[in-house]
Amino acid sequence: MTTAAPALSVEGLSIEFRTRSGIVRALDNVSFAVDKGETIALVGESGSGKSVTAYAVMGILDPAGKVTAGRAMLGGLDLLAAKPSQLADVRGREIAMIFQNPRTALNPIRTVGRQIADVLIRHGNVPRRDAPAQAIDMLRAVGITDPARRAKAYPFEMSGGMCQRVMIAIALAAKPSLLIADEPTTGLDVTTQAVIMDLVNDLANEMGMATIFITHDLALAGQRSARIVVMHAGHVVENAPTEDLFTHPRHPYTAELIAATPDSAQNLDELASIPGSLPDLRRTDLPPCRYSERCPRKIDACAQPLPRSTSASGHMVACWNPMPERIANAPTESAA
Amino acid sequence: MSILLDVADVSKLFPVGGGPGPVARFKRRFSGGPEKLPKVYAVDDVSFTINKGETVGLVGESGCGKSTLVRALTRLVDVSDGSIKLGTRELSIKPSRVFARDRDRARIQMVFQDAGESVNPRFTAFDAIADPLRRLRKMRGKALTERVETVASQCGLPLPFLSRYPHQLSGGQRARVGIARAIAVEPELLVLDEPTAALDVSVQVVILQLLQRLKKEFGMSYLFVSHDLSVVRLLCDRVLVMYLGKIVESGPAAEVFEHPLHPYTQALVAAVPRLHDNGAGRLRLSGEPRSPIDPDPNVCRFYGRCPLSAAMCKTTMPKLRRFGPRQVACHFAEEFLLVPKV
Repeated sequence: MTTAAPALSVEGLSIEFRTRSGIVRALDNVSFAVDKGETIALVGESGSGKSVTAYAVMGILDPAGKVTAGRAMLGGLDLLAAKPSQLADVRGREIAMIFQNPRTALNPIRTVGRQIADVLIRHGNVPRRDAPAQAIDMLRAVGITDPARRAKAYPFEMSGGMCQRVMIAIALAAKPSLLIADEPTTGLDVTTQAVIMDLVNDLANEMGMATIFITHDLALAGQRSARIVVMHAGHVVENAPTEDLFTHPRHPYTAELIAATPDSAQNLDELASIPGSLPDLRRTDLPPCRYSERCPRKIDACAQPLPRSTSASGHMVACWNPMPERIANAPTESAA
Repeated sequence: MSILLDVADVSKLFPVGGGPGPVARFKRRFSGGPEKLPKVYAVDDVSFTINKGETVGLVGESGCGKSTLVRALTRLVDVSDGSIKLGTRELSIKPSRVFARDRDRARIQMVFQDAGESVNPRFTAFDAIADPLRRLRKMRGKALTERVETVASQCGLPLPFLSRYPHQLSGGQRARVGIARAIAVEPELLVLDEPTAALDVSVQVVILQLLQRLKKEFGMSYLFVSHDLSVVRLLCDRVLVMYLGKIVESGPAAEVFEHPLHPYTQALVAAVPRLHDNGAGRLRLSGEPRSPIDPDPNVCRFYGRCPLSAAMCKTTMPKLRRFGPRQVACHFAEEFLLVPKV
């Protein structure tokens, strides 16, 4: 890890959605940072706020969503307070995003070559004349065979894996410093998933890009990132280096999540299920710890505001009664 | 163990466009030439059996013909060739439309991928579960209500939820409705098409454990279609690996995943993310799969993507050969047998 300023730091981000049936407190005091060249993963069940975090950082939050507190610092710019024109310059050039479903994210009535060229012209300082040729180079870089012919194809003419490669080419066209990959491989086969993830990893390393990788697959996150941020119901419950998190999870939710991953068991009975479900985030009487109602390690202290203790090795856990730590060094309290 | 389902040499071909247009075909018919449309070989000469009480996994990438095979077995589409025997009854000769009203229809039931999509949105959970009972068992009134409630509670669906519509149910509850409606008519074979693909891990565990309990309770056989190998490994006794319409490897699940013999299975196993392994230096497949349209019968389907791709693979299609309890369709299976592990 570097001591230099992180590529992106999200600090105390809270987001609310106004709905007909009340206010949904989708994110509450979410903080994490990603260093230059580092890959981190945001992991959690559906509804935990992973994608909302990414959308807020990209400035493409649904109009019903409102940022009520917090900052997202990219270099010196607070993305949450930036003007739309500033954001438009940053998006694509500094931050790029790979969306979940390439078939819906790509423009169906423009050829893929032109879609890549659009980004190059807008953000990559490439003259209009040279853009098509460079778009073909991008297609080649993401491993598409016969790129010159494929550049003239429309998204519907390509397989899911190829569309995802095109998405990656678009995201990386202007060589951004931060890449957000929102479940880039859901809906792809495991063999294709492995190849696509290799590709993202290699290109990120090559360009020294910081990557935020959003997934619900803990095993995949572990394989691809140096640090994992575990989210539950709009809270960051744990943030730790990958190996540390898997061998010594400290938040009870993380421990249960690991125990529920099919890979961790020899037979089905060994697999643990997590009782209960996410709390209704519209409730006004949400407890400070949103996991406490499902938690097997609940104690009286859980009714107090969440602690955020970070150990010397950079292992953050938001829990009053965490699982025992590996080494017996006392966690240092840091301000929440 | 007695055999429940015997599938022999089943093929399913779909004609595709891109061939001669209607005028050219019309002309050709009268000039006496053969009329031949290009065909997709979705399922090509597939044979396997499922024993009573056994769970068989079917894995393979999208487009390999898993779903077509399953739809053929459940008699939702007609096969082009081959036989499907359930017990002593030959199913493939009856057109699927006729079979829909057959008394044996209840013996094979299917749980579809996403219950949110496959359940009629205008049916309540009760109606969804009651529908097969009304149609196949001709149940009415009190008996029907009782049966639906029994099945719902067997599947862990709280009774007040029966009056809800699919959009008012969570993913896990919808999956339960999908399972309840399939087992309502007491099938002998339950075909599950990625029943947990749309679910979070915490819910997935509960549904898998439910499936295992139901199987023990009712002695059903399962055909479990999935691309998640770690789930297949936990749930299945035996596994079939499919690639481009053909079965390339089959055998006991534990053996196949620990020591895969076909290069495709090896790549598949290598691609599964593991908790305590960063996956570096593992086997990766390059390139796109071969076209399933009129494939050359003499070329191995995996040729081109296979890291071996020897000269022999281009001239002779490997046959499915037996190695003890396993079957492998690769010329080089013996060599992999000798290698201790991948």
